[in-house]
Amino acid sequence: MTQLALVIDLNVCVGCHACVTSCKQWNTSGEAGYLSDDNPYGADPTGTFFNRVQTFEVGEFPKTETVHFPKSCLHCEDPPCVPVCPTGASYKRAEDGIVLVDYDKCIGCNYCAWACPYGAREIDEHQKVMKKCTLCVDRIYDQALPEAERKPACVMACPTSARLFGDVHDPESEVSRAIRDRGGYALMPEWGTQPANHYLPRRKAVAEIHPDELTRHDNPLKVDGQLPRPAPGEPALDDVTSW
Amino acid sequence: MCACRCGIRVHLRDGEIRYIDGNPDHPLNKGVICAKGASGIMKQVSPARLTRPLRRREGAERGAGDFEPISWEEAFSILENRLRKVRESDPKKFALFTGRDQMQALTGLFARQFGTPNYAAHGGFCSVNMAAGMIYTIGGSFWEFGGPDLERAKLFVMLGTAEDHHSNPLKIAISKFKRRGGRFISVNPVRTGYSAIADEWVPIRPGTDGALLLALTHEMIAQGLYDRPFVARYTNGGQLVITDPASPRHGLLAVDEGGDPVNPLYPQNQLWWDRHSNGPVVSHTPDTDPYLFGHFTLADGTRVQPAFQLLADRVLPHTAEWAEGITGVSAATIRRLANEMGVTARDEKIELPIAWTDCWGNEHQTVTGNPVAFHAMRGLAAHSNGFQTVRALAILMSLLGTIDRPGGFRHKAPFPRAIPPSAKTPTGPEGVQPNTPLAGLALGWPGSPEDLFIDADGNPVRIDKAFSWEYPLAVHGLMHNVITNAWRGDPYRLDTLMIFMANMAWNSTMNTVEVRRMLNDRVTEGEARGEYKIPFLVVCDAFQSEMTAFADLVLPDTTYLERHDVMSILDRPISEFDGPMDAVRVPVVPPKGECKPFQEVLIELAGRLGFPAFSNKDGSRKYKDYPDFIIRHETEPGSGIGFLAGWRGADGSKSMRGEPNPNQWEMYKRNNCIFHQPLPASYRYMRNWNRGYMEWAQRTRIRRWGDPILIHLYSEVLQRFRLAAQGKWPGRRPPPHLAGRVETYFDPLPFYYPPLELRATDVEKYPLAAITQRPMAMYHSWDSQNAWLRQIHAHNYLFINPRTARSSGVEDGAWLWVESQWGRVRCMGRLSEAVEPGTVWTWNAIGKQPGAWGLAPEANEARKGFLLNHLITDTLPGATSNSDPITGQAGWYDVRVRIYPAAAGEKQEVFPTFETLPPAPGTGKRPGWIAYVAGKETGK
Repeated sequence: MTQLALVIDLNVCVGCHACVTSCKQWNTSGEAGYLSDDNPYGADPTGTFFNRVQTFEVGEFPKTETVHFPKSCLHCEDPPCVPVCPTGASYKRAEDGIVLVDYDKCIGCNYCAWACPYGAREIDEHQKVMKKCTLCVDRIYDQALPEAERKPACVMACPTSARLFGDVHDPESEVSRAIRDRGGYALMPEWGTQPANHYLPRRKAVAEIHPDELTRHDNPLKVDGQLPRPAPGEPALDDVTSW
Repeated sequence: MCACRCGIRVHLRDGEIRYIDGNPDHPLNKGVICAKGASGIMKQVSPARLTRPLRRREGAERGAGDFEPISWEEAFSILENRLRKVRESDPKKFALFTGRDQMQALTGLFARQFGTPNYAAHGGFCSVNMAAGMIYTIGGSFWEFGGPDLERAKLFVMLGTAEDHHSNPLKIAISKFKRRGGRFISVNPVRTGYSAIADEWVPIRPGTDGALLLALTHEMIAQGLYDRPFVARYTNGGQLVITDPASPRHGLLAVDEGGDPVNPLYPQNQLWWDRHSNGPVVSHTPDTDPYLFGHFTLADGTRVQPAFQLLADRVLPHTAEWAEGITGVSAATIRRLANEMGVTARDEKIELPIAWTDCWGNEHQTVTGNPVAFHAMRGLAAHSNGFQTVRALAILMSLLGTIDRPGGFRHKAPFPRAIPPSAKTPTGPEGVQPNTPLAGLALGWPGSPEDLFIDADGNPVRIDKAFSWEYPLAVHGLMHNVITNAWRGDPYRLDTLMIFMANMAWNSTMNTVEVRRMLNDRVTEGEARGEYKIPFLVVCDAFQSEMTAFADLVLPDTTYLERHDVMSILDRPISEFDGPMDAVRVPVVPPKGECKPFQEVLIELAGRLGFPAFSNKDGSRKYKDYPDFIIRHETEPGSGIGFLAGWRGADGSKSMRGEPNPNQWEMYKRNNCIFHQPLPASYRYMRNWNRGYMEWAQRTRIRRWGDPILIHLYSEVLQRFRLAAQGKWPGRRPPPHLAGRVETYFDPLPFYYPPLELRATDVEKYPLAAITQRPMAMYHSWDSQNAWLRQIHAHNYLFINPRTARSSGVEDGAWLWVESQWGRVRCMGRLSEAVEPGTVWTWNAIGKQPGAWGLAPEANEARKGFLLNHLITDTLPGATSNSDPITGQAGWYDVRVRIYPAAAGEKQEVFPTFETLPPAPGTGKRPGWIAYVAGKETGK
């Protein structure tokens, strides 16, 4: 069974928000219906987004890490948002594992948002329906798009290629290999939701220079007579002693 | 749109924009797009869009934003009449200054044809130190001019770069670099953006990078970690400097007087002291090799030393311990960094099997690379010590042997340039004549005092005093001085100031409140009584900004999706390391309302005013419109060089040079809107000294000269100015009150000095540095009108290290005062471990005047957002500009502040506050909510 998902590489995410607005741009004119913005030019503007980037600081100065953390629906294998839905609007597709909302059935009761431990759902205040990431279900199967572009808008946009997309149930897929090889992890596994989306952790490249690597026999200072010190012309026993 | 100029595709549905994505076939962004690019739709629908030409209503005050719409014909006739009179009488009374516009080739040509010297873009207040400091050292610089080769680097060191400047390409490159396992070190007071993913963050105090770089250089030389063969052959490190304080040629390079200079403008008869023969030879004589250390005496008794020896002497006292006290970076860290750079460069060499021939005729079977790459931007540049700091960086990069080599720094065409580049301004006021084009460029690259643009008394000819003794190497002008100088009448008053796409009444100006007052100030006596001190102000912009409110005439510009644009080879093209590249934009949606591209305004005015380059022989107008101009204009008749390098020649078969092609736009369109000419592999590296490349560059007229461009570890150009200040130069000399300044700062070797403002600052009282950064999701001040982007940054906080906050009694999220000796601001604070304790910072240009940018008066930007500019002065004691004394770069990041909590009961609102701007006629209504759906009918 296929389970489509995103794998997000925190090692290279610089927090640029390209995924946030490219998602908004694609989906507001897409099949998920518009994504409204309230007070777009006034106080406390707030709109519906399927994807947001949060920024955390970890550790104390100067050992500070700044982590940019993109977050959207994780398309859980056992999604708690589905069983709580009183109308059956919230559902998980059998064929590809994408969790979706059927707007014709959704009554905007918010149960699913409360059930989601990741805060990944946003009610659209104007349509009164629950909205969330669809993995661009209206892109990824669109035969009118070139095959290379049948990916979620955020994946296409990401300047650091921090977002991988594929089938996490296929052990040979790019996403499965990335999870395996690079320590991919799911968020809050203790909830038993088995998120399909995974994150790749930060990795540090370290350098260590051993003292004996510093100097080499061909040190350029020798060419100019700066080494060995003292310089050959300086006073020595040779000047005053004869054996 | 932003200056990174990525390739985009705009997808329409029923004529409306469905989505914008990156062009996968574009070499720059390879299909990706940023937050700004993906929000282009909201730029189009913004209520801040200006859609009609506007005239300030009779009797209304400047700044009040009270306008009446007029027709374009009225606007043009007002401009034509006014400018014709100025051009007939004294053309320098017209000044044209532009923001980050990407059309400097055209705006510069317009100003030059008008005959005014008073033209520049925004470089003087942006990053001119980065351009000048590096170009005067290695003949190239970062960003549009060159950059780090992260495809092959193993160590990447980024200094003072935050979130932009070369946005998508840099993001792509850094992520690939990290995936390959490269090590990334970020030196920055703040850890955000790119620095967030650095393997090591080295927090540093603002304005002290020069000290760090000198200490790194000290270590590099002390341990012999420099690339000696590179330094000896490709820099002037081996060339002999006259070290005889009594000599009028003290500090200049010794030359073989009787020898062949090859090219008198860039002579090549300097001397080495040959190690093998132990005697003087002309540099680069076959089978010789210079001493880099020592002191020698020429046959005529002249005492000389290799430039490298002088550099070594200079950095000798600059130990890691010395720098620790200045920078806050520990001596152990500095040594470790120096070792890592030096050993990586030396021991992890790259050898590419690419044969090439150097300018002296030596054939090389391989290209060598030392894989340590650097990148730097405004964090180094925007200080009044920035030029010398950037020189220090370029020298460190050179000692590591990384210039135009794989894995190091790489040039982008048309760089490298000669040092200094050949372009020159006129040298005196006689270069400015009525009804005559300027006798030179408005901006140039002085090589000696003779190239300054001054009158017989040594006074500036330009309104911003660029190329005067105050700012001799102000190669990008000083836009930040224009309003203050014109208001003072120092050196003279203007008649008409035209501003394009720059918010000089707000975030692009230091001392914002005073500058706004100057814009609105009137003459109080004499026959001009009652007239504005800056009599006529024209502003062209696509959006209603704080600046447009002050205009007498507002010209509504189109957006980037509504017009033709060129990223011209005559300006700053989008070239990559492998060869020249330029590009065009073509309109995808019609202009909104009566919007007109600024280029069309210039073409129209140039035609009406009869500029020679824009007129036929019979005086009639030559170009129908901007696209026609782009195709047919040549730099001079028959030169074959035009704005676009691709598909030239009558049938489009030529590139770089060729006669105009009437189908050039079509051919660009058919080819993804880009022209890219990858060079043969043997021309892609070592271009400063690469004979094949130089010959190609001469053939294509990218360069006039093919001489090698030796790296100036030692800057003879600077020494010429210093000699003039010391009264030893045979030519022009500075006026006495500036002699000391020129003598001090025109040091031919890099040195560290605290920023000028600190001398006038009580650092006990104001201990904290205050700086800004530009967020990735905003481009300068222009994106607060964007409904999606402003949800990412609707208001800003002052970020403070918790230790600093604790000792100041400031709490997270609370209102506080941040105060400099020049002003104070009330804002909200946010505690952050990602800033060094001696620095506070905020996002640039998020704060807005109420009502500006199409925002409601109660918008967060106006009530909670703040500008740090209110704390920054444009003038230092002694009436000099708060700028670098060499280049005139604005010292944005030199201010020192203190912070304290706002008192209980104080207003919880930003201070200072400003009056609300009314919506300009023609701007849009502000909907209470929006739900954008492109092509609604189909969309259902």
